[in-house]
Amino acid sequence: MEKLLEVKDLQISFQTYGGDVQAVRGVSFDVFKGETLAIVGESGSGKSVTAQSLMKLIPMPPGKIIGGQILFEGEDIVTKTEKEMEHIRGKEISMIFQDPMTSLNPTMRVGKQIAEVLIKHQNMPKADAKKRAVELLHQVGIPMPETRVKQYPHEFSGGMRQRVMIAIALAANPKLLIADEPTTALDVTIQAQILELMKKLQKQTNTSIIFITHDLGVVANVADRVAVMYAGKIVETGTVDEIFYDPRHPYTWGLLASMPSLESSDHGELAAIPGTPPDLTNPPQGDAFAPRNQYSLAIDFVKEPPIYQISETHFVRSWLLHPNAPKVEPPEIVKKRMRKLPSSFEQAILVKEA
Amino acid sequence: MLKYIGRRLLFMLLSLWVIITATFFLMRMAPGNPFTSEKKLPPEIEANLNAFYGLDQPWYAQYWDYLVGIASWDFGPSFKYKSQTVNDLINSGFPVSLTLGIEALLIAVSFGVLLGVTAALFHNKWPDYGSMVIAVLGISVPSFIMATLLQYIFAMQLKIFPVALWESPMHTVLPALALAASPMAYIARLTRSSMLEVMSNDYIKTAKSKGLSRSAVTVKHAIRNAMLPVVSYLGPLSASVITGSVVIEQIFGIPGLGSHFVTSIQNRDYTVIMGITAFYSIILLVCVFLVDIAYGLIDPRIKLAGEKKGE
Repeated sequence: MEKLLEVKDLQISFQTYGGDVQAVRGVSFDVFKGETLAIVGESGSGKSVTAQSLMKLIPMPPGKIIGGQILFEGEDIVTKTEKEMEHIRGKEISMIFQDPMTSLNPTMRVGKQIAEVLIKHQNMPKADAKKRAVELLHQVGIPMPETRVKQYPHEFSGGMRQRVMIAIALAANPKLLIADEPTTALDVTIQAQILELMKKLQKQTNTSIIFITHDLGVVANVADRVAVMYAGKIVETGTVDEIFYDPRHPYTWGLLASMPSLESSDHGELAAIPGTPPDLTNPPQGDAFAPRNQYSLAIDFVKEPPIYQISETHFVRSWLLHPNAPKVEPPEIVKKRMRKLPSSFEQAILVKEA
Repeated sequence: MLKYIGRRLLFMLLSLWVIITATFFLMRMAPGNPFTSEKKLPPEIEANLNAFYGLDQPWYAQYWDYLVGIASWDFGPSFKYKSQTVNDLINSGFPVSLTLGIEALLIAVSFGVLLGVTAALFHNKWPDYGSMVIAVLGISVPSFIMATLLQYIFAMQLKIFPVALWESPMHTVLPALALAASPMAYIARLTRSSMLEVMSNDYIKTAKSKGLSRSAVTVKHAIRNAMLPVVSYLGPLSASVITGSVVIEQIFGIPGLGSHFVTSIQNRDYTVIMGITAFYSIILLVCVFLVDIAYGLIDPRIKLAGEKKGE
């Protein structure tokens, strides 16, 4: 598969009065053409910052990319000027935000908000752009698009507004769509509809999607591959099957264990990962997850764990995979679903980091 | 919409009646009368004057006469300016004040919004600090100092504009600037804070993510949404600016409406006080009404009562 996006050792920090917050601390991942990559993690793990930096939408200052590369079709976005970014935003990469109630301009007709993209990126005359806006609304499943284009956002429900946002995002046929928790603010039935719509449109247009979420149910539904983020780093990446059926990082175990399932409903209390994420103004020495990790080893508090490769597609950042590490058992609820995947290597391979 | 306007007009009449009634009785409660002066008038003459102006009648008759007069747009004769009616005073003074006021409003709004938007776009950089220094000066320097400063610099030293009087368009510039200074400063501050708030909204991020340029985002998406607080301030502001300012009119020798506000009260010139108050109230009510209409035009979410949903 062809690589569309390659993020290499991305580091982003925010200057605040309390000091520099290192929101993203060396993140690397790839996105292939036509696939969906889900980035999961708790609030504050840096997933939204990572996503917004791909379009250079983080406010700079206070935000700053202090290192790394974002190669989009081979070209580094980090070094691009604001003027050059205007030709990438909306045209090559576009974005859907979390809250559809606030992400549309309340004083502009939705048709115009869609047409803006077409006029800017496809040099469409106004009249054609209006017509295309009607088609796009139809495409995202909004009934009576002819009357709906002339309406204002407050005349739409939350789910309908998110459909409008999708129409805006896909108007110029971007190669990459970043969806930043697009279903978090919607209720469950609408969530399912929006996910179905995104999958359907992805099939039609072969757009790659980066799906930011903290909802593992959504991940299982849409993603091809998953990257688990914690405290500004990716701790585990793999295909959906690898993450759900053969997770190796204790943090991923924690996330999976705290996911309610139909079987677990009568056991009462929901599992949770104890503690809170670390303060990224002064990131702890060693593994940032160690203080919350019941499986942590002495070395976790001293030295950053290296990356081990489990299969062609599965990477984990944990000392537990070291040949000398003690054998640990994942939580019962995770163990129940674990199975041996044929793709895994005989033994984990240490990945040399550049 | 028509129904809404009709209802609003009815309420405006009601408020006007309350204002007129309150003024009428407050005025009568104040000691003295129009003919009080250092030299006591002979009682016969005073009785004559009272009879001529209808002051000998009981208060309810006077009150009723006055209401009927206002309803037919007749504010009665002035007590102090013999042979002039209040209508004459308004007719001669208001056009002057209106011209000056509109000029000042245009200056205040255009420069105020410009300064405010610039300040917001360059938040915490030097254009922001510069604009806000101008704004603080505009708010804190009293208009009579601003007026004399302008006269000194532009009329006495640079000799670009005439010092005072009201004769040609050139004569209007300095008083309009002096009158505009503080509303401009206020609008600048209002615009700045409102722009900063709007710029932090999600839909601005959406607009950026579409690839729109910074100027397109500002002009097409931010300014319109940021204008609401400014528009609501414009209602009372326009009313007070177009009915004239005592200070500015005194300093520049302008025959506007503003001076009547003060002199009529000192003179206990009952009809002029009433007439000016009623006139000012009408203007204020109309301005506020226009602002409400403008609100609905700017923000589609604001539905004027009486309108059907979805129309």
